[in-house]
Amino acid sequence: MRARQWVITAAAGVAGFAVIALVFTLVVIAPQQIGRAAGVASIGGPFTLVDDTGATVTEKTLAGKPYAIYFGYTYCPEVCPTTLFDLSRWIKALGPDADKLNYVFVTVDPERDTPKVMHAYVDSFDKHIRGFTGTPAQIAKIATEYRVYYKKIPTSDGSYLMDHSAMIYLMTADEKFDTVIPYQEKDATALAKLRNLITTPSS
Amino acid sequence: MRFLSKFAMLAILTAVAPAAFAQAGGTSTITVEQPWARATPAGAITGAVYMTLTNKTKDQDRLTAASSDVAAKVQIHQMSVVNGVMKMRQLVDGLAIPAGGSVTLKPGGYHVMLIGLKKQLIAGQTLPLTLTFAKAGNVSITVPIQAIGATQAGKGGMGGMEGMQGNESGGMGNMEMK
Repeated sequence: MRARQWVITAAAGVAGFAVIALVFTLVVIAPQQIGRAAGVASIGGPFTLVDDTGATVTEKTLAGKPYAIYFGYTYCPEVCPTTLFDLSRWIKALGPDADKLNYVFVTVDPERDTPKVMHAYVDSFDKHIRGFTGTPAQIAKIATEYRVYYKKIPTSDGSYLMDHSAMIYLMTADEKFDTVIPYQEKDATALAKLRNLITTPSS
Repeated sequence: MRFLSKFAMLAILTAVAPAAFAQAGGTSTITVEQPWARATPAGAITGAVYMTLTNKTKDQDRLTAASSDVAAKVQIHQMSVVNGVMKMRQLVDGLAIPAGGSVTLKPGGYHVMLIGLKKQLIAGQTLPLTLTFAKAGNVSITVPIQAIGATQAGKGGMGGMEGMQGNESGGMGNMEMK
């Protein structure tokens, strides 16, 4: 009887220590790791998606040129068309230098935004802009890598809207995060950022 | 909760429907000024309509629903960009128009959202829209369509469509370089 109690006490002690160790790991060590991972350099990463012609694309598709990448969805009536329209205007303003960057619109609504839908959509904007979509898992992965927030919001008719980050990420040719162009950025500021990105040397 | 609000709205609509039709056409207690819609990219199935609604009565009114021949359904939405995140919400209970006051639906705030577009919205054209108010009833308007980059109604609202033909050849509608 007494021996049994001792065993229970010992087991509880071991379990208690395990819990403390786990908590220590989660609370003290993990955030440091995450903090390190959340550094500026960690935005972006490998992906596999399909473009608006149906062809498979990866991070290597964009490699070699700095790029502007924007996450949205075609169901979006205001922020996305306005942003892509603004970007189209800035691309025009860049003139021949526009070819020195890649421009991508990635959907956060892959269920509705098929390559065909994406193609018709991006076709309405500057021809430099490509549309990328993929499986929900592929989109989740690239969104995590770019720290893009998106969330489905149900509507009364059984459909849904998407909340999503509304900024253009500017990335260098070697996939390092440079800066963002927030929604409704002034033309002069946005153009200065794009021109700066073009002249930023790869590390 | 949602069921109750729908039920309440239905009850209100049913109660005011006869009065609604009586008031439609010029004598409405709600005036709609400077309506405009944003042209849509090809393939887009949603569009947004903006306007200023003024309530001339001493009682609060409410925009409860809308419909248009160009869309399968129409909803009333509020959008915002907070900390870089765009949020859009359906106003299930409609949009209140204060007594003797007005509400402006504009980019970055409220809009009437066209869902399931039956045709692309082309700058320079118009679309029909019927707004349903709890008290003022139905108000039918013609909405000019402006360029994708437009941020406000053209000068003079219904007129002022010059120079807003699409986004080709550097056409920027009334979107000025900021």
